[in-house]
Amino acid sequence: MTQPLWLAILGMVVVTYGIRLSFLVFGHKLAFPPALQRALRYVPAAVLTALIVPMALAPQGDIDLSLANAYLPGTLVAGAVAFYSRQTLPAIVLGFVAYGVWRWLF
Amino acid sequence: MNPTRTALLAGVRDTVPMLVGAAPFGVIFGTLAIASGIPAWAVLALSALVFAGSSQFVAVSLIGGGAALPVIWLTTFVVNLRHALYSASLLPYARDLPARWRWPLAFWLTDETFAVVEHRLREHGAAQGGVWYWLGSSLAMYLNWQLWTIAGVLLGQSVPGLASLGLDFAMVATFAAIVAPQLRQYPVLAAAVAAGVVALLARHLPYKLGLMLAALAGVGAGMLAESLAAGATQEEQT
Repeated sequence: MTQPLWLAILGMVVVTYGIRLSFLVFGHKLAFPPALQRALRYVPAAVLTALIVPMALAPQGDIDLSLANAYLPGTLVAGAVAFYSRQTLPAIVLGFVAYGVWRWLF
Repeated sequence: MNPTRTALLAGVRDTVPMLVGAAPFGVIFGTLAIASGIPAWAVLALSALVFAGSSQFVAVSLIGGGAALPVIWLTTFVVNLRHALYSASLLPYARDLPARWRWPLAFWLTDETFAVVEHRLREHGAAQGGVWYWLGSSLAMYLNWQLWTIAGVLLGQSVPGLASLGLDFAMVATFAAIVAPQLRQYPVLAAAVAAGVVALLARHLPYKLGLMLAALAGVGAGMLAESLAAGATQEEQT
């Protein structure tokens, strides 16, 4: 675990509040570059996928495509349900069910 | 009822769907953070002081994995940078407000409050208690998030061993459910594929540095795909 925790959180507070204050409080001195605005559109997909893929394919550190890896079918079900239904919560629940059933089976 | 109170309550009322949507994520966040071994005070501090859901989830994953402090801060910056866009969009309505309004309203700026408040301000301007409406939406989101985080913390503490039950999978499922619908857009798909491949290849780098590399690769791939798609459309037209 990262230490010291309080410093990790303090840094997050400074960074996040700084971003939110940027234009609302210091707006007369700032300009938002259009290229950055384009780049921002890809941040959620990039960061979240970067977190998902290693956890789904290599939950113990090494790539694991065996039946013992329940993360992979669970993630695929959650993703597929969300893709077709555009509903987040049912996707999470069904993904969790798939994960649980898979662990029980294998 | 006086107009101030009416505007404040209207802000709360229009935010109710967002409150319902955020509730399960607050519970999942609190439970998951406790299950990852993060002490309760730190979980509550993340919700009370950072107050930015997606970056809180990412931080739990990074802190649990022993990421270096600069990696946590830089990732928070990247994940939350979209708030600068909201800050800029709302500036025209806040320009004439005194600092004692702008500082707290900025602290409470979230995706949800931005969506609700920007709509109202665009239609009616800051007149008719617009700023009270903004405050109402902000306070509702903030108190709601604290409440559900506490519920999640209590749940995590009362059911020990949740991590071994596979609660860590809840985070993967949550992220997958958020990302998947966006993959219909070809440049977003390119961003996700690039980020996923780089993250997998770089997963053994220390301090979770692979995440930063993957995020950069993903954003780069997305912008490249967008440029290529725009070029292709232009060629078709000429």
